[in-house]
Amino acid sequence: MSHAAAASSDHHYTSTGLNTFKLGFWTLIGSESLFFASLIATYMVYKGESVRGPFPSDVFNIPLTSVSTFVLLMSSLMMVLALAAVQRGDRKGSLLWLFMTALFGSIFLGFQAYEFTHFYHAGLTLGTNVFGSSFFILTGFHGAHVLIGVIWLLTLWVQALRGRLGPKDAITVEVAGLYWHFVDIVWIAIFTLVYLLE
Amino acid sequence: MVAVVLTIITAAEVAVAYVPALRPVLAYILITLSAAKFSLVVMYYMHLKFDSRIFSGVFLAPFSLALVVVVAMVLLFKLIPFI
Amino acid sequence: MATAEATIQSGTTAGRKTGLWSWITTVDHKRIGIMYAVTALVWFLVGGLEALLIRIQLAKPENDFLSADVYNQIFTMHGTTMIFLVGMPIAVALFNYIVPLQIGARDVAFPRLNALSYWIYLFGGIFMNVGFLFNAAPNMGWFGYTPLTTKMYTPGLNADFWSVGLQILGIASIMGGVNFITTIINLRAPGMTLMRMPLFTWMALVQSFLVITALPVFAVALFFLSFDRFYGTNFYNTMAGGEALLWQHLFWIFGHPEVYILILPAFGIISDVLPAFTRKPLFGYNMVVYSGVLIGFIGWGVWAHHMFAVGMGPIADAFFSIATLIIAIPTGVKIFNWLATMWGGTIRFNTPMLFCIAMVAMFTIGGISGVHLGSPPADLHETDTYYVVAHFHYVLFGGLIMGLFAGFYYWFPKVTGRMLDEKLGKWNFWLFVIGANMTFFPMHFAGLLGMPRRIFTYAEELNLGTINHIISIGGFITALGVLAFAWNVIRSLKKGQIAGNNPWDAHTLEWATTSPPPEYNFSELPEIRTREPLWDGVSSVDVAGPPKAPIHMPSPSYWPILTAAAINLTLILMMTELWWPPVLGAALVLLCVINWAYEPASEH
Repeated sequence: MSHAAAASSDHHYTSTGLNTFKLGFWTLIGSESLFFASLIATYMVYKGESVRGPFPSDVFNIPLTSVSTFVLLMSSLMMVLALAAVQRGDRKGSLLWLFMTALFGSIFLGFQAYEFTHFYHAGLTLGTNVFGSSFFILTGFHGAHVLIGVIWLLTLWVQALRGRLGPKDAITVEVAGLYWHFVDIVWIAIFTLVYLLE
Repeated sequence: MVAVVLTIITAAEVAVAYVPALRPVLAYILITLSAAKFSLVVMYYMHLKFDSRIFSGVFLAPFSLALVVVVAMVLLFKLIPFI
Repeated sequence: MATAEATIQSGTTAGRKTGLWSWITTVDHKRIGIMYAVTALVWFLVGGLEALLIRIQLAKPENDFLSADVYNQIFTMHGTTMIFLVGMPIAVALFNYIVPLQIGARDVAFPRLNALSYWIYLFGGIFMNVGFLFNAAPNMGWFGYTPLTTKMYTPGLNADFWSVGLQILGIASIMGGVNFITTIINLRAPGMTLMRMPLFTWMALVQSFLVITALPVFAVALFFLSFDRFYGTNFYNTMAGGEALLWQHLFWIFGHPEVYILILPAFGIISDVLPAFTRKPLFGYNMVVYSGVLIGFIGWGVWAHHMFAVGMGPIADAFFSIATLIIAIPTGVKIFNWLATMWGGTIRFNTPMLFCIAMVAMFTIGGISGVHLGSPPADLHETDTYYVVAHFHYVLFGGLIMGLFAGFYYWFPKVTGRMLDEKLGKWNFWLFVIGANMTFFPMHFAGLLGMPRRIFTYAEELNLGTINHIISIGGFITALGVLAFAWNVIRSLKKGQIAGNNPWDAHTLEWATTSPPPEYNFSELPEIRTREPLWDGVSSVDVAGPPKAPIHMPSPSYWPILTAAAINLTLILMMTELWWPPVLGAALVLLCVINWAYEPASEH
């Protein structure tokens, strides 16, 4: 049967005129806020409670983490540019900026990997003290979210490569953008409360 | 545009962390600056400022509870036992 | 245009509506609702059996029917099963089936996500109970307090089945919450503003917000526990600077909203059923809605009333006590509105109505004991005694279960096309009322006389034998009520009176279509003008019958069940205490999700 059947009066009807996928995703973001809030709250509760080291001031490298924070922040900008490109049907621009966002996200992950290894060699593991536990689990979950975001962006990139990411598909890119920016703002909170407040 | 502002705020945050004279109010300054960055990303990059208020509602209601959780936990473990 | 030409398209397996495969791949909210209900009712029997075992053991002092270790498993699983495998899923079953019908939608916002939630629930529930096979079922209480649940004090698999199983179930709940919020906000029929929605749908909306906010906190608490047990973290390890109390706070930050998650659906049911049987619109609709929303919000500020005995200090105690007492106000508002709905109405005492009346009365009793518990000085005597057990069983059995049964008897005709038998229904009802009150009322006294909770036996000298004996008899009377219900269902499925579209002459949209509804729910979208569209004579609700235009329904899919299996596997693999098996599992989940995303869904 042809899609002229879309003449059915209730096809695509919504009570608010808003996109259902986007609405659902904002709801999910609200939920995830609680997830990260609990992780952050635990970190704050355990600040200064470790019985033995290494302690944050022993291992933190603020200048380095500032750079990685900046990288992630810039990736959000790239995401905005990627969405704009998709919305106006600019295939080259879509490919470029989607890739750059994923690249910057991966660079951020690279910094995280470096940092984790450095901490590990300094004697900080999951089980060393409550700092190790709360730090690695908090930043670990955040990093996992970044990784999922990078994979998501790359699948969108592949779609764009196949010419299947036009303006009518912009909503999936917009939602991916919401996810990406959310991961970024969680990091804003983490960077301030975990690193800068030391 | 927004990116420039975000960069400036981040630089300011890092700088402030190194100024000894601001130690006592460091936490408040940093949290304020971060809240500013947070709001900018949410309002502009995530477009909440220009989108339907339903999206804002669906995000802000849980988010306000998230703030309650963080504040309550810090108070319950760090402040109230020592009053 | 001749309606005979209009067709329904339903993906590549169009026409294939029977058989196991059609159920495994279904994305139809009605079928998913039925699967939830059947599964939850099976767990209800399991949880009920566990309750009877408890009552046999406690019927006389120093009994040896169950050993202490087995008793711990039984009472832990009774609570865990009733809350997570019965209470929450049954509400979801009803949300699934009824909410889209009440708002005039063809399905929920994300049908495949809906199926995913169900399969996760099925597999997760089975996993949690597998422990029984190894005599290692969870045995640390349904609330899993640390340090008891840490590896040091529970070295066996018990706490693993519990923490991993609940983690799995939490994912299903959150996905469901997102689904219902989106559905209710975005898929209402033309003219159905939020303030014209049925109360059941309103409570579903508030409850879903509670679910998506409370469950993530529980997820974090459970992750901390699992990581402590499997990967050596120190979240609850006091010797490393950790806090056993962190668990209690995180758990109850989830746990208190959880009890509102449990009861709000029952509030919604009562608010819809009462008007139907009093032939009057709900009294004070606005206030009932606002109270529900207020309960949802304030419910977030009372959690530490479960912790008055841990020594938080007078400031914290006072704050949480005041908040707890305040929440009694919107709850009371609802109760008075229900009473006012009944007042002056033309009451028909059918079974659903009977359950409503009992619910209002018994929930109020539970609420009163709740107010007592909300006062720290009183609570210090009552906490950890059977007084608390009495309180929560009055609100959960008297409130939730009675409310759910009102819903069963009310909506069974819509789902099956047949009426449940009124006579058996009344047997069910009276056995419940007599049984439940005989079981739980004496518990108030047992508690005040000093009987602690969570004990497998008690000394002869405490003189609690008679009270406990009465309680146990009450338990068995209640069980007879369950049998009456089961018999009623089995019999009515084959021989029940044919229901027709609207056997109760009720006012909400689900009664506008056939019983059971067709796959596409309504022949065309209704147009709503008031809160009682089937009574007002102006809403456009002639929507039973064949479709008026071609309708696209979402296609069936096997990705939800596969993804659910992968998610289960990933979390279960944490029990290997290695890092790479869960990572492999996660990769599998990712594969499923990508395939799912590329599968064309039918647009809604």
